[in-house]
Amino acid sequence: MTVSLVPFVASGTLVAAGVALLLERSLVRLLVGVILLGNGVNLLIVLAGGPAGEPPILGVSPRERMADPLPQAMVLTSLVITLGVTAFLLAMVHRSWQLTGGDEVQDDTEDRRVRLRARRGELARSVLARREAYRNLVRQQRAELARLDAARRERERRDAEEASEEASKEGGSERAARLRAEFARREREQAAREREIRRRLRRRRRQARAEMREAIRQDRERQARAQDPELEGDD
Amino acid sequence: MVGELVAVPVLLPLFAAGLKLAIGGRSRRLQALISVVTLSAVLVVSLLLLAAADTGGPLAAHVGGWAPPVGIALVADRLSSLMLVVSSAVTLCVMIYSLAQAYADQEYAAPLAIFHPAYLIMVAGVSDAFLSGDLFNLFVAFEMLLSGSYVLLTFGGTESRIRAGATYVLIGLASSLLFLVGIAVSYGATGTVSMAQLAERFQVLPDYLKLLVELTLLLVFVVKAAIFPMSAWLPDSYPTAPAPATALFAGLLTKVGIYSVIRLEALLFPGGPVSVLLMWAALLTMLVGIFGAVAQTDIKRMLSFTLVSHIGYMVFGVGLSTVAGMSGAVFYVVHHITVQTSLFLVTGLIERRAGTTSLDDLGGLMRLAPVIAVLFFVPAMNLAGIPPMSGFLGKLNLVQAGVAVGGALPFLLVAGGLVTSLLTLYAMATAWSKAFWRAPAPGTADRAGTVLESEETTLTRAPGTEGITGGEIVTSTTMPAPMLGATTALVVLGLSYTVLAGPLSALTRRTAEELIAREPYISAVLGSTR
Repeated sequence: MTVSLVPFVASGTLVAAGVALLLERSLVRLLVGVILLGNGVNLLIVLAGGPAGEPPILGVSPRERMADPLPQAMVLTSLVITLGVTAFLLAMVHRSWQLTGGDEVQDDTEDRRVRLRARRGELARSVLARREAYRNLVRQQRAELARLDAARRERERRDAEEASEEASKEGGSERAARLRAEFARREREQAAREREIRRRLRRRRRQARAEMREAIRQDRERQARAQDPELEGDD
Repeated sequence: MVGELVAVPVLLPLFAAGLKLAIGGRSRRLQALISVVTLSAVLVVSLLLLAAADTGGPLAAHVGGWAPPVGIALVADRLSSLMLVVSSAVTLCVMIYSLAQAYADQEYAAPLAIFHPAYLIMVAGVSDAFLSGDLFNLFVAFEMLLSGSYVLLTFGGTESRIRAGATYVLIGLASSLLFLVGIAVSYGATGTVSMAQLAERFQVLPDYLKLLVELTLLLVFVVKAAIFPMSAWLPDSYPTAPAPATALFAGLLTKVGIYSVIRLEALLFPGGPVSVLLMWAALLTMLVGIFGAVAQTDIKRMLSFTLVSHIGYMVFGVGLSTVAGMSGAVFYVVHHITVQTSLFLVTGLIERRAGTTSLDDLGGLMRLAPVIAVLFFVPAMNLAGIPPMSGFLGKLNLVQAGVAVGGALPFLLVAGGLVTSLLTLYAMATAWSKAFWRAPAPGTADRAGTVLESEETTLTRAPGTEGITGGEIVTSTTMPAPMLGATTALVVLGLSYTVLAGPLSALTRRTAEELIAREPYISAVLGSTR
């Protein structure tokens, strides 16, 4: 008995093409893949019935030359079933297109959860970074204030020395009074300037804190969204 | 006389489904009556079959009157009829539950016109899979139950259900096509698809061919039963379905896969190198599944993962391929169908009461709904295997069977089984303490939609969840009595396995002996023609 290789190769090719298409993400390609795969498999069932023969009808052809009728019955059944399920799948493709505008198979919930967990880690890290930046700002401002204080103390000491020196040098009470007035004026100006600087610093700090809080609040909101995998769409 | 009844569990639901499709959405009472009467009749017939098969050996019916090896045989041996009894009890309870839910939520038309026919076709498919004595007919049975489940899973066609359904349908299609390849190869090798004849003819095949056919068919059933590494599709697709459908899927569909693995290993390919492979798969299934369950924050998803995990116990029993192992596996299947279904039904009740199944949002249900709390607690502890419940007895059977076989791998599996049991307890206790034990979150009572002291039912729709038809779920503080009753019935059935442990274990042992012996099945089908 000789066996023709062609149907086997055809069946194998169909199955291979079907499997390749099944690895795609587009539902339409998956559908075509299923159809090809189904045809390949059905061909295989026919081949399992042995060599070709005459129609298996009693009285029409002699028994020994009949083809095996059982695989044919099985193929008919499986064809009908594949057809029905393919139609169902097609309806699902249509529904998916209606709902999402595309026919991609979407990530499953577990994948999304893993991805969202990673994103949540990033968010938490960004909150930490923002806090750290704010702390740095506060530290810088404190250092600046300390420097201002030190400078003022130094100036006061110098002014006082200058005043006492001049007072002792000239001894004139009028001149001393002038100097004292001058000194007081400078003192006032200096104090006003310092107040201004302090106010500016305070404003900057308040603004930075508000900005940080806002940013953290937004991050938190995104985190809360991220915890619910169904709420957030695919990206 | 009883032999004539073998086809009834398949034909009756199919007939009822056709009748319901013809009636459509009209005359609700008649529709409900048809569903309940059909499933009750199937239960009664299954009990008769079990009694007859247990006393008089396997019963075989030849469809269409064709002589044994040519025609399709339906066979009810102890395993088939035991599976049928449990499955029809479960389907009846779930049907009553879903009917009550539809009535209480005033969603009649779609459930009656689509949900029920799909449900009944699925039941017919499950019965056919249990009874089928023919490999190709087993394929047809799978397709019947799968098409029913496709409809139930994508019911309402919402976005999340279509997403989950795409994966589920494609997995189902791919595994069915692989099944056809397996059938083609075994027909090419042996020239028959009758299981009884295959059982004899496979023995004379060369080893490599035998292994090839066995692995192909095993892969198909492993996908259907969601055994690791083919289990990833299950926790992704089950939780989005309507609560009664999820309960039914969880209880029955994977068990059809397990049943097929048992038939394959016991009847078609007894002995052989595959049992080692099965044991490793069992170990990984148990551990991977339960680790997944521990990580979940949603009750439905957590239960889906425990479902995968506990499939491992049954595969463990099958892999041992001794009488004690098989008996333990069958006992575990019976226990697990009941308990897992009742847990999913209770989850449906929780969803109805609180509007969510997320463990982060639930709280205080112990005070708000003490009945649900008890209904959840009992099967949860049963699943975890707290003595003296059937979960404990099932695990004990398997552990004893494993120790009796001895050797490194069985002991490893025993250890894995115990760890899994412990982690199941951990997962269940976490769910319990979060959903029931802690103080209710502010606003829980509002979300339930009623003032707590009021007795009258108020229906509200909670956002973000999906009811039977895929619309927003209905929540209420009052539970319809039939819903509670159906759930309670299943919980009590789960408990009754403890009381009936003696007779049930004896029955599963006789089942296992019959399976290992193989001869009763083969001679019942082929009869005098051999």
